[in-house]
Amino acid sequence: MRRTALSALLSHWRRHPLQLASLLLGLALATALWSGVQAINAEARASYDRAAQVLGQDRLESLVPADGQRVPDAMFAALRRGGWLVSPLVEGRWFRAGQSVQIYGIDPFTAPADSLPPAVAETGGIMDFITPPGRAFAAPETVADLQDAEGLPPLVAAEGVAPGMLIMDIGIAQTLLRADGQVSRFLLAPDQPMGRTPLEQIVPGLERHTPQETADVAELTGSFHLNLTAFGFLSFAVGLFIVHSAIGLAFEQRRPMFRTLRALGLPLKTLVGLLAAEVMLLALIAGLVGIALGYVIAAALLPDVAATLRGLYGATLSGSLSLRPEWWLGGLAIALLGAGVAAAQSLWRLWRLPLLAPAQPRAWARASARGFALLAAVAAGLAGVAVIAGVYGTGIVAGFVLLGALLLSAALALPGALALALAGAERFSRRVLPQWFWADTRQQLPGLSLALMALLLALSANIGVGTMVASFRLTFTEWLDQRLPSELYVTARTEEEALRLRAWLEPRVDALLPIWRVEGPVLGQTAEIYGVADHRTYADNWPMLLAEPDVWQRLARAEGAIVNEQLWRRETLALGDPVPLPGGAVRPLVGVYSDYGNPRGQVIIGVADLVAQFPELDRRRYAIRTDPGAVADLREALVQDFGLPADNMIDQGMVKEISLTVFERTFAVTAALNVLTMGVAGFAMFTSLLTLSTMRLPQLAPVWALGLTRAALARLELLRAMLLAALTMVLAIPVGLLLAWVLLAVVNVAAFGWRLPMHVFPADWLWLAALALAAGGLAAAWPAWRLARIEPATLVKVFADER
Amino acid sequence: MNVKALILAALLPLPALAQGFAGLGQTADGYALPDPGRVLEFPHDHGAHPEFRIEWWYLTANLAGADGRDYGVQWTLFRNALAPGNVGQGWQTAQAWMGHAGLTTPGGHFHAERLGRGGTGQAGVTPAPFAAWIDDWRMESTAPPDTDPYSALALTASGPDFAYDLALVAHGPLVLHGAAGFSVKSEEGQASHYYSQPFYRVTGTLSLPDGPVEVTGQAWLDREWSSQPLTENQEGWDWVSLHLDDGAKLMGYRMRGEPDDYTVGTWIAADGTATPLPEGALTMTPIRRADVAGREVPVGWRLILPDRDLDIEVQALQDASWMATMIPYWEGPVRVTGSHSGRGYLEMTGYE
Repeated sequence: MRRTALSALLSHWRRHPLQLASLLLGLALATALWSGVQAINAEARASYDRAAQVLGQDRLESLVPADGQRVPDAMFAALRRGGWLVSPLVEGRWFRAGQSVQIYGIDPFTAPADSLPPAVAETGGIMDFITPPGRAFAAPETVADLQDAEGLPPLVAAEGVAPGMLIMDIGIAQTLLRADGQVSRFLLAPDQPMGRTPLEQIVPGLERHTPQETADVAELTGSFHLNLTAFGFLSFAVGLFIVHSAIGLAFEQRRPMFRTLRALGLPLKTLVGLLAAEVMLLALIAGLVGIALGYVIAAALLPDVAATLRGLYGATLSGSLSLRPEWWLGGLAIALLGAGVAAAQSLWRLWRLPLLAPAQPRAWARASARGFALLAAVAAGLAGVAVIAGVYGTGIVAGFVLLGALLLSAALALPGALALALAGAERFSRRVLPQWFWADTRQQLPGLSLALMALLLALSANIGVGTMVASFRLTFTEWLDQRLPSELYVTARTEEEALRLRAWLEPRVDALLPIWRVEGPVLGQTAEIYGVADHRTYADNWPMLLAEPDVWQRLARAEGAIVNEQLWRRETLALGDPVPLPGGAVRPLVGVYSDYGNPRGQVIIGVADLVAQFPELDRRRYAIRTDPGAVADLREALVQDFGLPADNMIDQGMVKEISLTVFERTFAVTAALNVLTMGVAGFAMFTSLLTLSTMRLPQLAPVWALGLTRAALARLELLRAMLLAALTMVLAIPVGLLLAWVLLAVVNVAAFGWRLPMHVFPADWLWLAALALAAGGLAAAWPAWRLARIEPATLVKVFADER
Repeated sequence: MNVKALILAALLPLPALAQGFAGLGQTADGYALPDPGRVLEFPHDHGAHPEFRIEWWYLTANLAGADGRDYGVQWTLFRNALAPGNVGQGWQTAQAWMGHAGLTTPGGHFHAERLGRGGTGQAGVTPAPFAAWIDDWRMESTAPPDTDPYSALALTASGPDFAYDLALVAHGPLVLHGAAGFSVKSEEGQASHYYSQPFYRVTGTLSLPDGPVEVTGQAWLDREWSSQPLTENQEGWDWVSLHLDDGAKLMGYRMRGEPDDYTVGTWIAADGTATPLPEGALTMTPIRRADVAGREVPVGWRLILPDRDLDIEVQALQDASWMATMIPYWEGPVRVTGSHSGRGYLEMTGYE
């Protein structure tokens, strides 16, 4: 009996292959977007973990200079001879011709056991390792990336080294990083001997840090990944709408079959069990296809994500994707879960269905008035949640709660709002046909509402994200112009060359502005501290958000500091608050400036002030103000006459181009997910209309019988779909703008630490509206075409059928 | 004589790097070679000889607490040149250093190991004033000016669970092994420069998990440097340094290899007069084996030296005196019974 019942149930799919396809495709798409995003996140997490594990930093304590600067390497011997089992580490970024890598200089003799990647620990030739040119170990992909880089030691590919990182001997690294005789910090071996001299008696100025304090990339990038996850989830939710409508349709169409099977003696429990098993089987198949699709999506997006993370956070991701169980198992689970949720309503209805109840889709509509009221109540509740999250919430999680509640609330309120609009239109219609049209549209709302909700979500996400990205682009380009007023940036190779360069340049240019910086802890986190010269360039251009009137003079007099927006927001500083600098000096806050694209805090003080506090700082970089027309000649002269390599200078245009590239890539992923979401919504609309078209014959047949032609009916169908899409679009605009505001003013502030002014681009909405109409029209085209071609006999049969 | 060579071979923390240096039986291209005509000069030769490939400062002490319990202490600093010619400076200095410390008690055995490179101040040896150190482990002269720096030493080392701090005063002269300090290791002529100060009396403190223990006793310092001390077919050795109760001392070792073992040594009279023992004069025979760290190690020996009417049994104080260092070996205090009685140290390498 069970087998017979199962084959009867499954025969439905054989007769409705399109329905089967839409169910499978919907679920596969939803799973694909979700698992694609998860795959990217998993790959990133693995890369961060590998980076954090480098040299055992995830489990070893370290001794770190309190002011964040490097210390003389004589401290190493002093610590060891005081009984402290430490291993020195010099680290820094190495740049050359647009390429950059993180360099770790280690001491293989004292590196704690198991702290080196096996490939490094088991290599041959210590003399080759410690004497010039040395050997540098790197991930195979990093070796490939750096194939043409000049000035690095011979590279050795080693599995287990995190990408974007070179491991070499400390002596070699000191030379490459121009840090001769300097150490960044010391790793502490886990087992220390008895009877050590107290630390402060050997080397004052070192702090003992726990392992977590040194690995902050994962934390920095956390908000970015949460962002991706949220988009993945949105796509998945939209995909579920398709599945829900496909499953709903299949249940409705099989009602006569259920009745027959029950009448033949199949227990209700068995029937529900068989149907649940059927859904799970379909979910499993669709889930597997979705995971494969997700892999393709992730592989396509990963290079952009990797570039974004590198540009924005300095975090390096492996460029290749591996099949990690944590995301593909997760993808399968969410496919099963999603199908379960989508089928739950139908199964529940079947469970409560009277044995011989006729199959009557009309009942859906009658229940709808109560249903809309319920939805509206839930929507109001969610709106309340959104308001609470917006007013009282802080941080990125609150931001996403606000986003989610806002979107869901809008989606759930949609059917009610549409019903109201349609009822109003009906009231104003005098003629019979329009009255029927409005009433019939309203009658279809319950069946279409899920697809329309999906469309609303996709449209408002599109408006919201589009507004955010466009606002950002506008602000960012203006900001770049302010931030990069200097025409040329040069870096000398040595301090001595820097002095000569300065003397050489001074008579040739309008101004020579030092770009000197140190890094160190400010208010608990690593920050950059820059020194600015007393020059009108800054007063004229610098993008200040708020400032004391004499801010630049106060910096020049060493009587103040300005900080970037990120630091200002993070620490909720106010003008006049003390800003403690590494090394102990404190300056009052005299201004705040915007600093997009920088994940870290930044402080600016006067350059003389900086030099006084950090006399050892690197003084090799300068910005040059000169006639823009003379830049090319100046570059030429610097290379030919002065002898500075072309790699050591970069002009304004190039810096802007690099910055804009980072920016574009940051949102490339968002844009791609946006387009995919839109596609899924269009597909949802199509399957819903298809569902309705087969169920609606009993309603259309009388209208046809009253004299309306099939072609006219089909035209009305098309019109109706486009009308609903247009109404949805109208509602999507305020929701999208609200979404954009949340993204700009809440999520971005929490994720990146900066707030952007919002700009509105109505022209984009027109384009989007056209897209929405097209989506509605396309979705309705096939059902309408079928209606126009339907056999009159089929329509006549409606009156004969016992229903 | 010693273990020391083999360990040096494997000294490097990048283990396989050692392969290039493990061949202490290979030719010593570019390194200085021991010279039978060379006259050792002190205090100059107390310092390092960086032009040779390997070198060590090796001290073993037989100690006793106030309650009569026996203890043993080992302190060793190895130097290994990574390239001939004593090249490089700073981080690029081609000298590697390794320290081993051992402390044997009636109930157990502690050990620790340290590594470092030359040129950074982390490890090194200065001849005058004499100091040898790696990290916080030090062996430094406390002798008055114009006396032999080795005549009085301060010695410290520490591990996670033990430490010691000893004062040593010599009551006899330096002793040169072989032909005026030129010590031959094989029939093929492998050799080293080798001398000792075996006449130390020791006082000091051991820090143990149960608390400090005041100790007194005797100690023996070995100094040796070479560039090629082994033949290719020598697989390991068994070495003893014994303080006999009548004041005489015996150093002997058996190089285990094919086709025959090579056994030599030095008889040191109570006044410090040294007599080299020709190959075969001393016989060393295992009489008791113990299971140590998963291998069979001969921890009881019978030594016969007919010339001196010597027929003794040498038994380990603590069978588990295992140095689980990068190249593991057995090194621990022993008791002597038989025709003579006394105390001493036993070292055994190459037991797999």
